[in-house]
Amino acid sequence: MLLFGVGVVVNRNPVASALCLVVSFVGLASLFISLDAHFLGIIQILVYTGAVMVLFLFIIMLLDLKEEARRALNAWAVAGGAVVALCLVGTLLHVLGTFPKGEATLPPLVVPEGQTYEDTKALGTLLFTEYVFHVQVIGLLLLGATVGVVALSKKEASK
Amino acid sequence: MGTLNGYLLVSGLLFTIGLTGVMVRRNIIIIFMCLELMLSAANLTLVAFSRFGLVNGLPNHHGQLLVFFTITVAAAEVAVGLAIIVALYRAKQTVHVEDLKSLGG
Amino acid sequence: MDWLSFTLITTLIKIVGLCFVAILGLVSYTVYAERRVSAIIQDRVGPNRVGLPLTLLGFKKDVSFLGLFQPLADGIKFILKEDFTPAHVKKFYFWLAPALCLVPALLTCAVLPFGSSITIPWNGSERTIPLVIANLNVGPLFVFAIASLGVYGIVLAGWSSNSKYPFFGSVRSTSQMISYEISLGLSLVPVLLVMGELNLVTISQQQSEHGWNLLPYSLRDGFDLNRWLLLIPLGLAFVTFVIAMFAETNRLPFDLPECETELVGGYHTEYSSMKFALFFMGEYAAMIVGSGITVTLFLGGWSLPLGLDNYLPKGTVWVGLLHTAVFFSKLIAFLIFFIWVRWTLPRFRYDQLMRLGWIWMFEICLANVLLTAGILWYIS
Repeated sequence: MLLFGVGVVVNRNPVASALCLVVSFVGLASLFISLDAHFLGIIQILVYTGAVMVLFLFIIMLLDLKEEARRALNAWAVAGGAVVALCLVGTLLHVLGTFPKGEATLPPLVVPEGQTYEDTKALGTLLFTEYVFHVQVIGLLLLGATVGVVALSKKEASK
Repeated sequence: MGTLNGYLLVSGLLFTIGLTGVMVRRNIIIIFMCLELMLSAANLTLVAFSRFGLVNGLPNHHGQLLVFFTITVAAAEVAVGLAIIVALYRAKQTVHVEDLKSLGG
Repeated sequence: MDWLSFTLITTLIKIVGLCFVAILGLVSYTVYAERRVSAIIQDRVGPNRVGLPLTLLGFKKDVSFLGLFQPLADGIKFILKEDFTPAHVKKFYFWLAPALCLVPALLTCAVLPFGSSITIPWNGSERTIPLVIANLNVGPLFVFAIASLGVYGIVLAGWSSNSKYPFFGSVRSTSQMISYEISLGLSLVPVLLVMGELNLVTISQQQSEHGWNLLPYSLRDGFDLNRWLLLIPLGLAFVTFVIAMFAETNRLPFDLPECETELVGGYHTEYSSMKFALFFMGEYAAMIVGSGITVTLFLGGWSLPLGLDNYLPKGTVWVGLLHTAVFFSKLIAFLIFFIWVRWTLPRFRYDQLMRLGWIWMFEICLANVLLTAGILWYIS
């Protein structure tokens, strides 16, 4: 999965990059499922690989992007990227090395007798009781996004 | 399966890959994809902590809901972002951030 | 033999039996049925010759069996034909695309409950085998998630072919599938609201006890006005779901991605021999799985009508097999409906398709969700 993550960055061809990202997201979804978050895993596949990445591919093809010419990479950007990456990995290793709780293995779920663990039901209940306001805000945001996208693409058409 | 540290390491590395991609690559679509990678890496951390920090023997669902909201917002963001990229491409015929310097003076 | 290896072996048998024997067998015979039914509709004969070639062995006559060996002959033809890869394609993706088309369709059948359960004696104890490969709590979502991966095969096929007709086909197909996925998902929400359940096995079970979703009457429960009231949104959901599914599987009247008069063959124009056959199989497998989902959600899955299952002994081998037979006969009936529609309706124009998808289907589905919620609120 990480390998494909690297593939996203390294590949010169945008389509190959996008496909690497798809595989990476599927791997991520499987990690979610291994953490007993079945609903989120499925949603990850449904939204990211099923919709978002198809949209990406669609745009890449629509704009008909060819393989990038081997233009000189901005040396400063590469150096900066490498430095930042190294710093981040270093910090990560240091923090994880001194994080005693991190050694914990997966604790078993405690489910009441005679029931099965249903994360979808639990999430849904929580979503529409405690977080109902947030849901409405998200709905509004999505509406705004829809209107924005339509406005953005309409302007071009009327030119 | 792995330990909490294992999941955190994967998440951190993914985030690093995403960040490096944003800094190094000059294709705006790929930069955008790297942003998605970073968001997902953060999601993985949230899910991992929610699973390891059990509340009454069940995962902490508040964390998972945050992930749910993140995914929703990310999807909306992608839609808007791609629309902007398409508009940009129509105006400038390029997707390279280095070619977009008209505000730089 | 312990519990684990028993489960492993039965699961393997189920996977091989369902995915490879049942679905792929059904695929080849759906193609045959397609040709025969279209022939009947158009007052032709259709392929009725292929049978045992006894004349080769010196007998007087061939035995034709109504051409039932036709799929076999087709398969052999596909394998033996030259596998030609045009020079201008992007090789890797060109090879990847057909596989990506078929695999998701076969994966989704994992959550389809194709029968109730079978209890067999094993090593002196009774073992119950549920007749479903994976009993997931997020069944319909899983189906959507995996089915949405199928679009990659089409996108890649069009893009890697590097020529304009396949490209048009795949662009059309992508936008069509994205648009109709929304209606497909939304049209299911009423069913899930009514059932209060995301597990396809439990959904089938409930329908077998209380009558199908579209035939809400069971001899045990008697007449229940509330459930007949719920038939309004459920019927609407059924209609919208079936229409959206036609669009998702690229079947007529929505088969614009491969509309022959405009696009030669659509996204698989450049493909030949077995790679082309994989696209074909993927399309038909998606059709079969889609019918399976429809049957499970609306037509009671493996259950007999009118709640007759309440009077049958649970879990015996014969009842289990009967339920499987019932499931597959419903599936086949639905497939014939698919074929019938294909040879009856003309094709939509592309703007009409998009208008139908976004202006009609989407709004009807949304209104239907509200209607269902309102009726449920009124009833309770």
